[in-house]
Parts: sequence; C-alpha cells; structure tokens
Amino acid sequence: MSREVVILGAGMHPWGKWGRNFVEYGVAAARAALADAGVAWRDIRFVSGGATMRCGYPGYVAGATFAQALGWQGAEVNSSYAACATGSQALAAARAKILGGEVELALVVGADTTPKGFLAPARGERPDDPDWVRFRIGVTNPTYFGLYAQRRMHLYGDTVEDFALVKVKNSEHGAHNELARYRKRFTPEEVAASAIVAAPLRLMDICATSDGGAALVLASRDYARRLGRGDAPRLAAISVVTPTFPSALLEMPDLATDGAVTAAPASFRAALPRKAYEEAGLGPEDIDLAEVYDLSTALELDWIEDLQLCPRGEAAALLRSGATRLGGRIPVNPSGGLACFGEAVPAQALAQVCELVWQLRGQAGARQVEGARAGITCNQGLFGHGSAVIVTR
Amino acid sequence: MPSTSMPPAEPLLPGWYTLGDQPQLIGSRCAGCGSHYFPRLAAGCRNPDCTDSRLEDVPLSRSGQLWSFTTASYQPPAPYLAAEPFVPFALAAVELEQERMIVLGQVAAGMSVEQLRIGMAMELVLEPVPAENEPAGRLLWKWRPAGAAP
Repeated sequence: MSREVVILGAGMHPWGKWGRNFVEYGVAAARAALADAGVAWRDIRFVSGGATMRCGYPGYVAGATFAQALGWQGAEVNSSYAACATGSQALAAARAKILGGEVELALVVGADTTPKGFLAPARGERPDDPDWVRFRIGVTNPTYFGLYAQRRMHLYGDTVEDFALVKVKNSEHGAHNELARYRKRFTPEEVAASAIVAAPLRLMDICATSDGGAALVLASRDYARRLGRGDAPRLAAISVVTPTFPSALLEMPDLATDGAVTAAPASFRAALPRKAYEEAGLGPEDIDLAEVYDLSTALELDWIEDLQLCPRGEAAALLRSGATRLGGRIPVNPSGGLACFGEAVPAQALAQVCELVWQLRGQAGARQVEGARAGITCNQGLFGHGSAVIVTR
Repeated sequence: MPSTSMPPAEPLLPGWYTLGDQPQLIGSRCAGCGSHYFPRLAAGCRNPDCTDSRLEDVPLSRSGQLWSFTTASYQPPAPYLAAEPFVPFALAAVELEQERMIVLGQVAAGMSVEQLRIGMAMELVLEPVPAENEPAGRLLWKWRPAGAAP
C-alpha cells in the first residue's frame, strides 16, 4: 500500500454496568479520542460507527447516531455490524476511505448497553433463524465455550487449573487498568469455588456482558506529519476474512458443522491472524503483545495457538511458564482482557486496538510491555465474523 | 422417559427429524458433491466449488462418536422453555462418520457428564421437552450413550 494509515488518537469510556444509553458511552469515548489526537471534531470527514443490535434503531445506524450527538457537521457516515468483529469492520471502512484518498481524517466509534446475564436472540417465533433455534433447544454461548474447553482437556491434557490460571493472570493485568470493570485480583481457589456454568467452565472462566465505549481517530501518514505526529502508531493490517468451507468446529450459532466429504475442514480462528500477518509483512516472532478474545479462559489458550505464538497444544505450558504475563516473553491481554472488561460487543474490537496504541506509545503505565513495537488483536463472533488487527510503530 | 411409552405426537421442530423408535435427523445432501448439512438448506449447496442446486432431504446417521460435551447448569434465556424448577442438563456434540459432520444436541435426561467420555458411541433418541400450554411437551432430539438404559 503506498499510503499509510496511522492511529492519531484512542479513547474509551470505562467498562461497567450502568444501564445508561449507549450513545453516552460512545460520545465520551469519541471526545477522548479526539482530545488524544489533538484534532477538532469539525475536521473529521468520515464517521464510522460500530452498530449495536440491542439499543433500537439508533443502534443500527450508530455512525449517524454518534455524528448527530457530536453535532452534525456534514461528514460522511457509515455503520457496520459484524458481531464481535463489528469494531474491526468499522475500522476497515474508515481505513479504506483514507487509503482511497477520499478523506485524511476519520473517527471510528463503538458502544453498547447490554442486558444482564446471557446474551439472547431477538424475540418472536423464528425457526428459520439458527440463532433463535439454538436458544430454543438450550444452546447458549457458554455451551460452545464448554465444548471447546473439554476438547482441549482431551486433546492436549489441559486442566481446569490451567484455565483458572488464565483468569488469575488476566486479573493481575486488569488490576492496573482504570478502564476495566473488574479490578479485583483473583486466586485459583476463588475461580475453583465459583459455580459451574458450562462444564468444565465455571462462572469465573466466562466473561460477563458489559456497557462500554471505545473510539479511534485515523489519519493518513501525511496528515499526521503535518500535525507533527509522523511517529503515530501505524495501522499495519486488518483481517476480516470469512471462514472457508467446510467448517472444522461447531461455531456459534450452528447446530452442526458442514459435512466434510469434499475437503478437509479448516480452522476459522487460525485463518484470521494468518491474513493479518501477510498484510503486515510480519510473523508471530515479531509480535510483542497480543489482545485476544477471552470469552472464556480456555479460549485464550486456543487463540494463543491460532496466533502461532506457540505450537498447537502448548499454550497451557506457555501460560504456566509465565511467558504470557506482563514481564514475560509475549504478554497476552495486558489490558486484563474480557476477563476484566466483560464484553461490550461493538466496542470490544476497538478497545483491543486502543490498548495496542497505548502500549506502542509507551503510555500503558503499570501494565506497560517494555519496548513494544508490534501488537496484534483477534476476536471471533457469530455467523462467520472475526478479525485480527496489527498495529506497529 | 422412553419414547415408546405414549410419546406426545408433536415434534418441537416439525420436519427436523423423523419420529418413532429409531428417530433420525433430516438433513440435506447435495446431489452434486455429496456434502451433508443440518438443518436442511433451502438456498443450495454451500460448497464454494459446487454449482449444483439439487438438494435432497436425507435422514442422517443416528449414531456417532462423542466429540465433546458440556452442561447447561444455568437456565438458558428465552426462547428456551424450562420446566419448573429448572433441571440442569448436559449437551453433546457427536461426530457422524459417514456424513463427516458434528451435530449438537442435549443429552438424554438423567445422564450426567460423569457418564460421558470423548470418543464413546452415542445414539439419537427423542424426548419430550416443555412446550407452552402443552402438558405433554413436545419431542426434541437428544443424544444418549449407545445402549444406555433409557
């Protein structure tokens, strides 16, 4: 790519459970990102919103909703929905506008207000919607997390103590993050004492649903240079590839994999970072930190292998060695991850990128990964959506 | 409850499985490339290299190997309908050898995860689950260790 896109500003509203309108969180995050970037709202020519399905019509047209709340000023808008990868798809739309030379400066915002307990489908009697049918027969999101975790125990010999250690490690990281919802340090005993939700996973193995907002200001490298910010972190890759047929895993919200008589099944999660590495011209050995989608503790271990940070089946050993802790060889979820934030769907992928930006600028305080030059994010959601983003400096 | 003792007549999801003592899930099979799908497809084969539009309804194998399992220890949200009080249940993902696919479902009532081992043989059964204004409930497919007493 001849043009380069940089991240000039990052901002978040703290994660929590306040039940206020999602627009408040998004606007607070946007204002923080604009202030961090040192640019005026009026100079933003493209607003890319991550949509939410739980907050009525304003949520579906989130780009316009945030633009109106910040004050209509004639910018173009876009709204993206891609389940857990919503933020990355909104980010990709803004990057494309800048790469195409249409605009120099863009704002990306995602925010959500979530209900208590399990995420649930839209109401009605809709047997044609796989997401409705699976809940009708009692299959929740943690069902899939439990299946994957049990599978790890069978294939690699992981234990529930390993899974608990992921929570302990992430809670140590999140204790240093004022934006995190949960800042308590957990012990293995506390995780083991929490109730089973989806065996072998317990309540403390599974992430909560949260309210929150995150925003980024993107610019062309030339524009950043004119502001004296030519050293801003570079948005080096965005991968939002689909799975390939036939599916290897039971994926939310499916009740069955594709019959694999014509070709070998392929892992979707592993495909996401592969494309990002290719685009950035980097390999896993170049990565200094990773923000991964720990919907469950066991899933963090799957992601570490999908990112090729260690060979398949060895993530628990990597965890036990301390390599994924702050101060280790490859810190994973220095922000505290979903374990400390809980999931605010359309904001989460952007929050992951915010953490990379602060880490690469050396502004992460007590959670700083020393000398970080390259970071990667990854996440996956329903209906073949997922993403991986690489930021470098 | 065994499916042989006066089962409620109505399936929870009509057209998704056959009824009777030897129930089978009904899937789609592509007449061109032979790929199987569950539930049935309406819009044609999903193999990107296949352009055949002829899908056949086919009964799927009613036995396979346990791929993985878990529990629903908390009551799932609507549209799940729970008995009062809610009784936790197990769920199983079973690999069908011939179709080369993995199919999810509840585990038969009364079975706990302690009785399950990855790789064990499982078979498909029908059991009633709660349904609105229908005391007998409706029939849903479930997985049960092969040969286990109902």
